[in-house]
Amino acid sequence: MTRRILAIGGLWAVLLIILAIQAPDFFAPANLRDMAVTNAPALVVAIGMTLVILSGEIDVSVGSQFAVLSVTAGILAKSGLPLPAVAALTALAGALLGGTNGLLVTGLGIPSIVATLAAMAFWREFLRWTTQGAWIQGLPSTFQWMGLTQAQGEIAIVSSAVLLFAVVAWTMSNLQLGRAVYAVGSRHESARLAGIPVSGITFGVFALMGTFTALAAFLDSVRFSQVQPSAGMGLELKAISAVVIGGTSITGGKGSLWGTLMGVVVLAAIAPALTFLGVNAFWEKAIQGTIILAAVVLERSASKGGPHAR
Amino acid sequence: MEGCRSSTEYNRALLLEAKRIEKSYGGVRALRQVSFALEAGEVHALVGENGAGKSTLIRILTGAVEPDGGAVLLDGQPIRDNSPHRSRELGIAPIYQQPAIFPDLTVAENIALANETGGLFRRVRWGDRVKRAAELLESIGAEIDPRRLAGSLSMPEQQLVEIAKALGGKVRVLILDEPTASLTERETGRLFEVVRRLRDNGSGVIYISHRLEELPRIADRITVLRDGETIATVSAADTDSRELIRLMAGRDLSAVFPKREVPIGEPVLRVRGLTSEAVGIRDITFEVRAGEILGFAGLVGAGRTQVAEAVFGLAKIDAGKIRLNESRVSIKSPGDAIEAGIAYVPEDRRRHGVAAELPIRANMTLSILDRVSNGPMLDEDGERIVAESWAQDLRVKAAGLDAPAGSLSGGNQQKVAIARALATGPKVLIVDEPTQGIDVGAKAECHRILCDMAARGVAILMISSEMAEILGMSDRIAVMRGGTIAGIVNRADATAESLLAMALGGSAQ
Repeated sequence: MTRRILAIGGLWAVLLIILAIQAPDFFAPANLRDMAVTNAPALVVAIGMTLVILSGEIDVSVGSQFAVLSVTAGILAKSGLPLPAVAALTALAGALLGGTNGLLVTGLGIPSIVATLAAMAFWREFLRWTTQGAWIQGLPSTFQWMGLTQAQGEIAIVSSAVLLFAVVAWTMSNLQLGRAVYAVGSRHESARLAGIPVSGITFGVFALMGTFTALAAFLDSVRFSQVQPSAGMGLELKAISAVVIGGTSITGGKGSLWGTLMGVVVLAAIAPALTFLGVNAFWEKAIQGTIILAAVVLERSASKGGPHAR
Repeated sequence: MEGCRSSTEYNRALLLEAKRIEKSYGGVRALRQVSFALEAGEVHALVGENGAGKSTLIRILTGAVEPDGGAVLLDGQPIRDNSPHRSRELGIAPIYQQPAIFPDLTVAENIALANETGGLFRRVRWGDRVKRAAELLESIGAEIDPRRLAGSLSMPEQQLVEIAKALGGKVRVLILDEPTASLTERETGRLFEVVRRLRDNGSGVIYISHRLEELPRIADRITVLRDGETIATVSAADTDSRELIRLMAGRDLSAVFPKREVPIGEPVLRVRGLTSEAVGIRDITFEVRAGEILGFAGLVGAGRTQVAEAVFGLAKIDAGKIRLNESRVSIKSPGDAIEAGIAYVPEDRRRHGVAAELPIRANMTLSILDRVSNGPMLDEDGERIVAESWAQDLRVKAAGLDAPAGSLSGGNQQKVAIARALATGPKVLIVDEPTQGIDVGAKAECHRILCDMAARGVAILMISSEMAEILGMSDRIAVMRGGTIAGIVNRADATAESLLAMALGGSAQ
């Protein structure tokens, strides 16, 4: 896996060198800051997605959750609640959405891809129906940039994401909880026989995914003066891509948050890099796909011995 | 054109031959100058410890792996461009330990997939398919409805389907990889009949097994592999298991079952009237004392594993009591069982055993995370110390404890699973088929570990389908039949025949 990180990092370095020669403006502080702020919410979602995938599950409903929670945050803010209350209530709503997914998976035994696919469609349509596509406008000034100046707000957004990353990364490698997530993802039966509460862990991971999505929605919506109900389209794919590029096994049990961080950074750079290099933006998805494939192929060749080695 | 040959010569014609095969995996020589000859009309057993090169040799014979040197010959002609597809066309049919069936298709479809030709767009004649499957199954004496879903069959039934599949084509060489590992005595007997019939029809059978005592019953010749080399080819009739073990191990394993007599104390685990509808066991009553090994014998499907699962909190209990050291315990989950002092090493490492991606040390401490932590924080140094002592105790052979458990050999994975169970400091240890599919050396060590635990006063419940293991290791033996205990006997009073008779009970012919 380290080799994979090195390889992807290498590819990325090549891209940066090309940029440095062809379009040094890419490295202008304003652009870098912009990229960081835009992608902080994606990092937060990808952190949650790493936990979900490590535990052997998947959540494709995060994009829809993100939209619902953005609108929730907007409505709460408009109602005049103080900012911390808005954040806390949005997080709670996120935990509820994620927890519902968790219940569908652990309680009813529905495969997570099916349960969250249903949740994805449900919440997106629910939102379309309740908002009729109308934007939430006229958000109070205490909400935008969290009531700070734009510069301060941007710093707050990015540091929130980084702080969350640090806490979760530390937890995963230092607490029993992290070990339990890896064990559940590596093999359900083994974990169960070892006395680990598999259902509890799975439920918790989904609830956490919802909570993180809420945080991401909050960090994203404070950047604007209005909220679009169409927010978060394709976010689930971006988050899953980042996790896979980062070397986490899609079947669970293996991977790290550091890999995911790299995945987010690599994906974040593609679109702006294309713009700066004057390449048609249509290429973004194609390049994203190529990187995902490259990551997986590199993983294969890096796992020594092959499947038949004894 | 070849002139007259006597019938004996004809029977002894060379069928499949491997000549001076060489194979290395990343610098490790798996096979060196291995030669092996299979004659038509013989059952040729291939034995050796795990890692001796049996699997690699089979993969080369079937074209799954290309040798670095040497040649594979069929009827004296080298097989060119060997591949699993090509070798199947030539009539070489391997049947692996884990039946390679499609569980969601019917038996008839499984058999048809292996044998029907004509491309993807040919029309399926369902009636013919079922009829053909029924004929093939009947020809091997298997009473299986071809319309059943293959996944609903028991393991032995699935193996019979595999054999029927192989027979559908022109099978010239049948390769059986540990076919009896999960079979009971009676099922083994049935399988042997099929194998003998094939042999008598002039096919060659390559037979891989860890159960040395069954070889004289089925094999004509035996080839021993050790560390990737051919050690000897001997006649099965003239060679006893002791001699084979000596050849395989290169050392004399003086005792295959190092059962030690240890003082037996008070009852630790008492089970009264245990019934679980969900898994089909009823009225199970037994007790295990400190230092005692209680063997659980019976046919596959008699409910032995289900008793273990019920005691360990994996099955809903409808009636009955479980007492540990005089106090009644309520066990609803594996967590409860572990807390109460019960440890369980399940059957089938592939499905339940170790978490393959996790490091060895993490696997060993998975049930005792509390004990290798300060509060919620894992103490990796403490974990390493605990894991190292278990690795030493159980003689786990690994590159390092940070290596993923999946990289270990079967025997060593089993040791890791045992370490995980023992690390909890259990009062009761339940082991289910503890030595299935592991090599002779690892097996002896596994038995030594069980004896050590008994000597420390642990009450042991050992489920095994291997009669020699049951008779060699148990103090008392509980025989199960049809979901309940048919009887419990002392080892001194038990013979293979008496246990078998109890296990078969009313259904015995």
